[in-house]
Amino acid sequence: MSKNLVVRFAGEGGQGVVGGAELMASAAAQGGYHVLTFSTYPSQIKGGPAWGQARISSEPVLTPGDYLDVLVAQNRYAYDHNVEELREGGIVVYNSEEFEIEDAGRALGLPADKMAREAGNPLASTIILIGAVAKMAGVDLAAIEDFITKRWTRGRAGDAAIVEGNIAALRMGAVEAEKSGLMLEALEAAPTHAETRILIRGFEAACLGAMAAGLESFIGYPISPATTMLTFMEANLAGEGTFVGQASSEIESIASLVGAGFSGKRVMTSTAGPGLSLMGEGLGLAWMAEIPLVVADVQRGGPATGLPTKTEQSDLISAINPGHGDMSVPVIAPGDPEEAFFAAAKAVNWSERYQGPVILLTEASIAERAQDIVMPDPSTVSRETRVVSTGAVGNLRYDGDTISPFPVPGGPGAYVANGSAHDGQGDTTHLPEVHVKMTERRFAKLKVLNDGTFEAENSGAEIAVMPWGGSKGAGRAAWNELHAEGVNIGWYYTMYVNPLPEALLAELRTKKLVLVPELNYLGQFSGILRQQGVNARSITQYTGLPFKVTDLKSEIRDRMESK
Amino acid sequence: MSKRNPVYDFKWCPGCGDFGVKVAIEQALAKRSVERSEPIEKTAVVAGIGCSGNLVHMQEGPQPFGLHGIHGRALPIAYGLKSNRPDMNVIVVSGDGDFLSIGAEHIGPQARRNLDITAVVMDNGIYGLTKGQASPTTELEVVTSTTRYGKLDDKMHPLEVYLGLGVGYIVSEMSSRVKQLGEAIKEAMDYPGFSIVHVQSPCTTYNDTYALLKGDEKKGIEPLAKPISEDHDPSDFMAAMAIAKGRSVPIGLLYKRAGESVPAHERLAQAKERTKPRESSVQQLLASMTI
Ligand SMILES: Cc1ncc(C[n+]2csc(CCOP(=O)(O)OP(=O)(O)O)c2C)c(N)n1
Ligand code: SF4
Ligand SMILES: [Mg+2]
Repeated sequence: MSKNLVVRFAGEGGQGVVGGAELMASAAAQGGYHVLTFSTYPSQIKGGPAWGQARISSEPVLTPGDYLDVLVAQNRYAYDHNVEELREGGIVVYNSEEFEIEDAGRALGLPADKMAREAGNPLASTIILIGAVAKMAGVDLAAIEDFITKRWTRGRAGDAAIVEGNIAALRMGAVEAEKSGLMLEALEAAPTHAETRILIRGFEAACLGAMAAGLESFIGYPISPATTMLTFMEANLAGEGTFVGQASSEIESIASLVGAGFSGKRVMTSTAGPGLSLMGEGLGLAWMAEIPLVVADVQRGGPATGLPTKTEQSDLISAINPGHGDMSVPVIAPGDPEEAFFAAAKAVNWSERYQGPVILLTEASIAERAQDIVMPDPSTVSRETRVVSTGAVGNLRYDGDTISPFPVPGGPGAYVANGSAHDGQGDTTHLPEVHVKMTERRFAKLKVLNDGTFEAENSGAEIAVMPWGGSKGAGRAAWNELHAEGVNIGWYYTMYVNPLPEALLAELRTKKLVLVPELNYLGQFSGILRQQGVNARSITQYTGLPFKVTDLKSEIRDRMESK
Repeated sequence: MSKRNPVYDFKWCPGCGDFGVKVAIEQALAKRSVERSEPIEKTAVVAGIGCSGNLVHMQEGPQPFGLHGIHGRALPIAYGLKSNRPDMNVIVVSGDGDFLSIGAEHIGPQARRNLDITAVVMDNGIYGLTKGQASPTTELEVVTSTTRYGKLDDKMHPLEVYLGLGVGYIVSEMSSRVKQLGEAIKEAMDYPGFSIVHVQSPCTTYNDTYALLKGDEKKGIEPLAKPISEDHDPSDFMAAMAIAKGRSVPIGLLYKRAGESVPAHERLAQAKERTKPRESSVQQLLASMTI
């Protein structure tokens, strides 16, 4: 029996390959399996190479899977460019209307589009393919039929016909698979679950986490892969006193967010690298004028327009220092959709607590990933509120060495929130002693963000691995395998990348070597750790794709040997 | 706040037009405060960067809230503030460089939203704070530190631009007419929608246009600034455009869009009322994803 089934639907943008993987994952999740999806597609609406991958497992999953059990290829290009990732014994299902595979050992030609058309249900070609794959992997078809029934029973007149048509399509695919005799090692039965589970994507988790912490306002400008947060908020952030708006640029987004945070609301925007660059000056204003706000940066490949739909972890330095001048913006970087929920809630709370900007740093592969998680309980999420001025100190907005009460417009304590160097009451001044005091005040405020937690395992080892953000999954999977093989290596991880938890830094400083897997050329996080006195070295990759566990594992081994 | 920190507070040059604008704004805010029996804290002044923007620190008497941000972004800051707090009175104070050069991209969006704020633009035809470079409203052929051969770029005509961008309420005024300016600002604030009060506010140090604007009868110099004729109908767009395109600087209410003006926050409230959107709690949204 196999624990895993990894299926990739490859073809062109607009052919529903991403949707196919997601549908397969949804069906499997409904059947009780753990699932995780990953997709890659070009920055265009139709055409260009695209693929969607679903990993289905009887155990919790950390990554999309290195090798494919089944490759569904819609055209010759998709076959040629993906087949090398097929594992030994894997099966190809290809669109035989489009092309033929000459040396067709373990391959099944399936003209799914034609079959669907002929069956009078042209939209069902993906379901035919799912039926074939499920049969080959020994997945219980009844569970998928159940899924289809639920999914397309929507209280409309044509429901029954659609359900029936789709079930017929599923069986059609299964029959073809059976006829071919191509079988995989059967997938273990799905586990049973005591807790309520949900299938959620990273961007949804981030939005809901922020909403659980009491988010009131969201203003953004469309940009891949961050647009989904804007549209989710437009659809779902509702109720008394809330506001969602589309700005005319990221410059307008961040400036309007400063106005919104100044107004007393809990506020957020989402963007990606190019937008983050445009927000630099506005983020500096929020830091300087002490305005709470959250910017979610969903990283893509950069610089400039770069790789709009691919994944990368190359905005870390920009996130901490998005603008000019002395500042250090708090950054929380979740490693998976579940963490994204809690990270977003924490980002909102941190912004309120220290009265300044916070960056929620995610990336394309997390934002777009669908994964099954235990349903978070929003009632356990705390809602922190900035200390509000009662007018007792008149307009001494910036008085003292750290956080001071925030006057809410309309209430007492009128002051000028000032982006120019200013004194305690907000008046502009360039006096050196005042600038010294106020600069130190702004950095001292970060000290209240001391509740960042971290993971540590086998912490006695001299060498440790510590990925960040979306490389957590592959890093952890590699560590799990190495650890199981008896390699003495420590595991560290935190999503609180700035400021880093002090206790974590103290431990890391005692290590001979800390290996940091990260998806960028420069080795941004290891550089930051070295500045903090940790002997950290990066394992980098900059393909626009996430790490494969096998690659990472062998790289870690090599580094350990050659240290 | 100039009275409190004489050691280091910003100072305008003697004769700077912005003094008049400051007093006019104080008068407008005081009057509005009394009329609506609202405390001054119900008002926020969002300032651009320039000599003009420093007005926010210079106001005397009861203090409104203020936000002195970054160059060119006063309008979007006001958008975020007003959208989230429609209960606040919001005015923007800005200069010709701040509003019409670096920040020009923000005028159109606020006009189309009909954001209920008033922008007071202090136009001195120069970058004052950075010591005398050409601005979009500097006249053709004027020599400045960045226009060595005299300004080669055509002068921008802001009133035309505002009309073209769909601003619903436009006043053109002069800083020396403090009382009328104060009233004009107050009336613009009462207009439910996006309004601009464009003020000729001469820079005595780098571009002194007082003589030009006021003319000199003895020397036979016609004043550049001329009151808008009594019989101008402000709701007549084409008439307003003709005046805006004229040689002289018109003084008075140039344009007030015909029909009812529904400001941005009302449009949103009405749309919500009309469509009654589904509202789900976080708990419900999570539950809808249950496997
Ligand atoms: C992003 C940015 N670019 C440039 C500047 C420098 N700067 C400050 S004020 C100003 C021009 C001010 O001109 P205007 O808006 O006409 O104001 P005035 O001083 O004439 O009242 C410039 C270019 C800045 N502060 N920020
Ligand atoms: S430089 Fe010009 S605009 Fe600036 S304060 Fe002096 S006179 Fe006024
Ligand atoms: Mg100027």
